[in-house]
Amino acid sequence: MASVGIRDVKKSFGATPIIHGVNIDIQDGEFVILVGPSGCGKSTLLRMIAGLENITAGDIMIGDRVVNNVPPKERDIAMVFQNYALYPHMTVADNMAFSMKLRGAPKDEIKTRVDKAAKILSLSPLLERYPRQLSGGQRQRVAMGRAIVRDPQVFLFDEPLSNLDAKLRVQMRTEIKELHQRLKTTTVYVTHDQIEAMTMADKIVVMHDGIVEQIGAPLELYDRPANLFVAGFIGSPAMNFIKGKIDGSGFHADGGFNLPIAGAPAGSSGKSAVYGLRPEAIRLDGAGLEARVHVVEPMGSETQVVADIGGQNITCVFRERIQAKPGEVIRVSPDAKLTHLFDGDSGKRMAA
Amino acid sequence: MATDSLAVKPARAPIPEPSAWDRLRVNRNWLGAWFMMPAMAFLVLFLAYPLGLGMWMSLTDMRIGRGGSFIGFENYVYLLDDRDFLRATGFTLVYTFIASIFKFSIGLYLAVLLNNNMPFKALIRAVVLIPFIVPTVLSAVAFWWIFDTQFSIFTWLLQKWGILEKNQLINWLGDPLLAQGSVIFANIWRGIPFIAITLLAGLQTVSPSLYEAATLDGASKWQMFRFVTYPLLTPIIAVVMTFSVLFTFTDFQLIWAMTRGGPVNATHLMATLSYQRGILGGRLGEGAAIATAMVPFLLAAIMISWFGLQRRKWQQGENND
Repeated sequence: MASVGIRDVKKSFGATPIIHGVNIDIQDGEFVILVGPSGCGKSTLLRMIAGLENITAGDIMIGDRVVNNVPPKERDIAMVFQNYALYPHMTVADNMAFSMKLRGAPKDEIKTRVDKAAKILSLSPLLERYPRQLSGGQRQRVAMGRAIVRDPQVFLFDEPLSNLDAKLRVQMRTEIKELHQRLKTTTVYVTHDQIEAMTMADKIVVMHDGIVEQIGAPLELYDRPANLFVAGFIGSPAMNFIKGKIDGSGFHADGGFNLPIAGAPAGSSGKSAVYGLRPEAIRLDGAGLEARVHVVEPMGSETQVVADIGGQNITCVFRERIQAKPGEVIRVSPDAKLTHLFDGDSGKRMAA
Repeated sequence: MATDSLAVKPARAPIPEPSAWDRLRVNRNWLGAWFMMPAMAFLVLFLAYPLGLGMWMSLTDMRIGRGGSFIGFENYVYLLDDRDFLRATGFTLVYTFIASIFKFSIGLYLAVLLNNNMPFKALIRAVVLIPFIVPTVLSAVAFWWIFDTQFSIFTWLLQKWGILEKNQLINWLGDPLLAQGSVIFANIWRGIPFIAITLLAGLQTVSPSLYEAATLDGASKWQMFRFVTYPLLTPIIAVVMTFSVLFTFTDFQLIWAMTRGGPVNATHLMATLSYQRGILGGRLGEGAAIATAMVPFLLAAIMISWFGLQRRKWQQGENND
């Protein structure tokens, strides 16, 4: 096991820069998730760690060793691909044994390692099958088995769950997390799904357009997003943004209504700002703002309401069951302690 | 009129039993048979009938301009004692065997090379196809000159490199063994593009992520080819080699344009010998017998590839990618 260090790493394809200087420190045994919209460079970064793409500038370190020019097979990493990349002409057992076979490991050692990995992933009854004869979830497990057998220093996952259906994805999420807790191998995991990131990671790296927007523990990103991008990306349904001005110790929205804030930073009165309000930080309140209901989406455990407040659509999530019909008016108010303020120009979080 | 809708409607007539014709009209198999008819007619008229006719002719002493009478297996018995026929059969087998091996290995090598990223990729791929595009007779005539005793470019090169004395000539197409080598060389040259391009198409179906996975698994270039590329290519190799063997075994044009089977019948293939005996010599029955004698060999080749072509175990099962 080893730590992974990414120092000022840049990447361009031809003249097109893709990654503009990224710094990430990954501790030994940590489960780190790179998350961001497609095209943000997260997969490229992972492939650079694996050695499948070369590094334009900067250093990537595994343990204490700079691996920029180390060929992939000597980096002691294992990767799980989005499409699994199982060898179709090999049985499950052969797929898992392939890397050891190439290294010339003795037969009985290969067998014990494969059997052990198969047991961890409950693949034992499938060892003689071919990939085509497996379901998507089983293939996914074989791909992980292939990584486990090698007992690498770092596991790399490239959107491993995106080819699975929703239910299986939730189940595999748990399995991967359990696996990590059991093996404690340093893991770098790429996904575009912020729920995967929130549920599985020790540390999330939010990327956007080739830069790191914020690094932190899942709840830290949720509670204290560093900028508008992270605030909008993390959390589902997404945070509501309301443009306006800071007005003394309150917030005056452009729509002509006032909102409470936890506390304005000194000397910020009169500055333009963006008010961030998570849907779940809105309460029903008989003395609150008027909100005209557009859509009611009952989800069972909670109810999602899209309502118009001062000309802007706001998404609210209530624990209560609401019987409101579209067009009716409800009264709501935000929980001031759970609101966020972002600078109107830079989009950065304003310290309260 | 408004009252119309109130008028009592007559009871509906009972649905009549469908006639045999009605049932036939909606029968999909009946329709399918009709769709198959044109193709069937073509195959029978232009394939089955000539093949049957040829086989029947091989059992007669038919000559051009004179209908023959049935003589049983007399043609075959005669051919079994005919040195030229045995020699042609032997050379056909050798020709097919050697040419196929070279065509396969060079074609596969070329395909792997062409599968790499390189500048002017499309152009180079097109260039590789040239031997295949040029009409066979045209390229055979070119080879005729390449292997000409006086003007051969090979002789010239060998002289340049000092392997041959100045003015020392090689009788490429005049010496039996050299002539055999020359026609095999020409056949290889002509056959490579078909194999290379087909295998290249097969190579492109192999997902690049498999190579990436193999890279991470620590495979060298050769191991990647040996354990990933080659096994995944075997189904298409079976197809392309079946065709290649069949085409090579029945080759006619190249030999006829280059040597006409000479010198001293050394380069006769069964197809050229059959033509010479049957059409030029006028003995249709004997020519047909030579042609018919090719059938068992071709059947054997097809049988071998039929087993080779069977879906491998890893290709079976659900494909729910």
